[in-house]
Amino acid sequence: MKKYIIQSIRLTLVLTVLLCGIYPMVVAFAGGFSAGNGGGEKITRNGKVVGYARLGQSFSKPEYFWGRPSAVGYNAAGSGGSNKGPSNPDYLKQVSDRIDTLLKYHPGLKRSEIPADMVTASGSGLDPNISPQGAAIQIKRVAAYRKLDEKIVAELVAKHTEGPLLGLFGPSTINVLKLNLALDEIKK
Amino acid sequence: MNTELLGILATYLLTLVIAIPLGKYLAKVFAGERVWTDFLKPLEAGIFKISGINPKEEMNWKQAMKAMLTINLVWLIYGFFVLMYQDKLPLNPDGNPGMTPDLAFNSIISFVVNCNLQHYSGETGVTYFTQHVIMMFLMFVSCATGIAAAVVFFKAFRDKTTEKLGNFWDFFVKSITRLLLPLSLVMAVILAFNGTPTSYEGKDQFISLQGDTVNVSRGPAAGMIAIKHLGTNGGGWFGTNSSHPLENPNYITNTVELVAQVIIPIAMVIAFGIFIRRRKLSWVIFGVMTVGMLLLLIPTLSSELGGSPALEKMGISQATGAMEGKEVRFGPAISAYWSTVTTIISTGSVNSMNDSTMPLTGAWQLLGMMINSFYGGCGVGILNYFIYLIIAVFISGLMVGRTPEFLGHKVEAREVKIAALVTLLSPFLILAGTALSSFVFTNHGQAEWTVQPQNWLNNPSFHGFSEMLYEVTSSNANNGSGFEGLGDNNAFWNILTGFVLLLGRFLPIIGPIAIAGLLGRKKYIPESAGTLKTDTLTFGLMTFAVIIILNALSYFPALALGPLAEYFTMLK
Repeated sequence: MKKYIIQSIRLTLVLTVLLCGIYPMVVAFAGGFSAGNGGGEKITRNGKVVGYARLGQSFSKPEYFWGRPSAVGYNAAGSGGSNKGPSNPDYLKQVSDRIDTLLKYHPGLKRSEIPADMVTASGSGLDPNISPQGAAIQIKRVAAYRKLDEKIVAELVAKHTEGPLLGLFGPSTINVLKLNLALDEIKK
Repeated sequence: MNTELLGILATYLLTLVIAIPLGKYLAKVFAGERVWTDFLKPLEAGIFKISGINPKEEMNWKQAMKAMLTINLVWLIYGFFVLMYQDKLPLNPDGNPGMTPDLAFNSIISFVVNCNLQHYSGETGVTYFTQHVIMMFLMFVSCATGIAAAVVFFKAFRDKTTEKLGNFWDFFVKSITRLLLPLSLVMAVILAFNGTPTSYEGKDQFISLQGDTVNVSRGPAAGMIAIKHLGTNGGGWFGTNSSHPLENPNYITNTVELVAQVIIPIAMVIAFGIFIRRRKLSWVIFGVMTVGMLLLLIPTLSSELGGSPALEKMGISQATGAMEGKEVRFGPAISAYWSTVTTIISTGSVNSMNDSTMPLTGAWQLLGMMINSFYGGCGVGILNYFIYLIIAVFISGLMVGRTPEFLGHKVEAREVKIAALVTLLSPFLILAGTALSSFVFTNHGQAEWTVQPQNWLNNPSFHGFSEMLYEVTSSNANNGSGFEGLGDNNAFWNILTGFVLLLGRFLPIIGPIAIAGLLGRKKYIPESAGTLKTDTLTFGLMTFAVIIILNALSYFPALALGPLAEYFTMLK
């Protein structure tokens, strides 16, 4: 028994050096060559960081495309989903309110055109994407507030739609931050 | 077929393409045959030398279990104190506090037993130091513990009659050097180049496009996320696990993480057959497990892709499926696949919030964890399956009226008793634990605890019951996923699940190894016309029936009170 205790302690020490020292340092070294140098890929405008490419941020102004509802208000120092069950009455009320808000800001919008992702909270609370349909319903509003031709905005949305991986696997998505940055570019 | 379903198919096929050769490789590594990674021998020799271990010293099953329990105890004690005093240790750029004793108790057990139930949130509850030296360290070694235990078990059936089951330390170290570490390195680099952070910098701050000030948690996450999946651990660097855009940045990383968590459990099944020179047995076991997985996956897909009936009534479009708690870049299909895989295997990482999935999906997730052997966790999956197998051998033996045998060894009263006890342990822990928490919730809701029991649940009614049932089931299965709405960071849940975790880990490892050890030393009876063959389709069906009947009998009432009741109320 005593033999096993001493062997266990020594083995733990040597493995700690290998697994918690050498291994992560090798990974950190390799990660240094990635976009963002291992600190997360940032997006800059005029030399200032305006966001992380992978992290969603809150958009509530009508001249921007909106992202998905977030249970944590896009707080990237935490993260979180709503964890609401599908039959929870409070939750259903919340979804219903979100639908009403969308209908209010988008005259002429039909309920059946609203995609689920625009009225449900994401898992992380930091979802950077919306579905192409989620952008499509907002084109009219964004164009009106920016006094732009709807066609130009629609083209921009199409340009920022990323298809499935290799054209075969997974859903199509739109990165809201990148789309909104491109919108701001047009204005100039 | 649409691109989301095609994604599932591709992911599963890729898993097999990697897992099957990996199984052949593992069988060779543990049999001591020549393999291309033999250049690592000097590293292993060095580790053994420093630790004072002679890897050639043969152990019997009791010695192997003593070695396993000793080192696990060392990790428990040492980790407990490190977590409590993490605020006074280096590498804490965000200034996170030390853990309370009950949270440290729960967290250290949870990581030692390969569960990774997290009652803290990664961004605020741990430091970079403890994420590495405790969390990530234990992800490697707890998985290696499971694999080494499984190899000890394999050894009992390799030779006709034997007491010598190899050296536990040897298997343990080799599972790290020959398997986990190299694969983790490759995977961590893939993750890093797809956007997962690797640097030790602390929180960042920026001003968003709209002018909000945003703080961003980061840290060297890629290395931990790799082993978290390869080792079927599941504990996230960030609070929301693999739904977090830095932990799982895109569809590629999602595929890599999904494949990684399934390859070792499948490879162990393949390795078993090669190692004991009965490949057909392996394929039968693999077949039963795969059928089991499909039977859980297909209804899960159907309920998630169908969308929420409640949102359907509001008239909106759920073209892709239910989206609450899911990420757009993955979509409901692959998220449904993930939720199946992560619950049948003991990973417990999530890329969508299980609490918000459809009621029936919740039932399948629970059932996956209750059965816990359709592939199952690293090493322990096949051990869990073995218990069902022994019960099936026993029942078949009774049915045909002869002494049951497994691989030429008589299965007698003592072995069956152990198997029966292990089988009964899970329902006992799950049902008693849930009953106790329901009792406290209903009768002592006002108790003056950190979180009053009446405020535990994030959802009312049946779904609230499911949250408690899920928590205890996940602990017993050493899974680690949760219906995360549950307010679980308080003394009651920390201590309850702490004990469930410990019992649910070590007894189901010791049980099968004891049986194997006892069987292995019995006289070998050559096969004859009257032998019950365990590597046939018929016997596979028999085992499957045993799994379904045992679990249905044990858990149907509990499932009926939670997810099934919620499902039927939503139909109204």
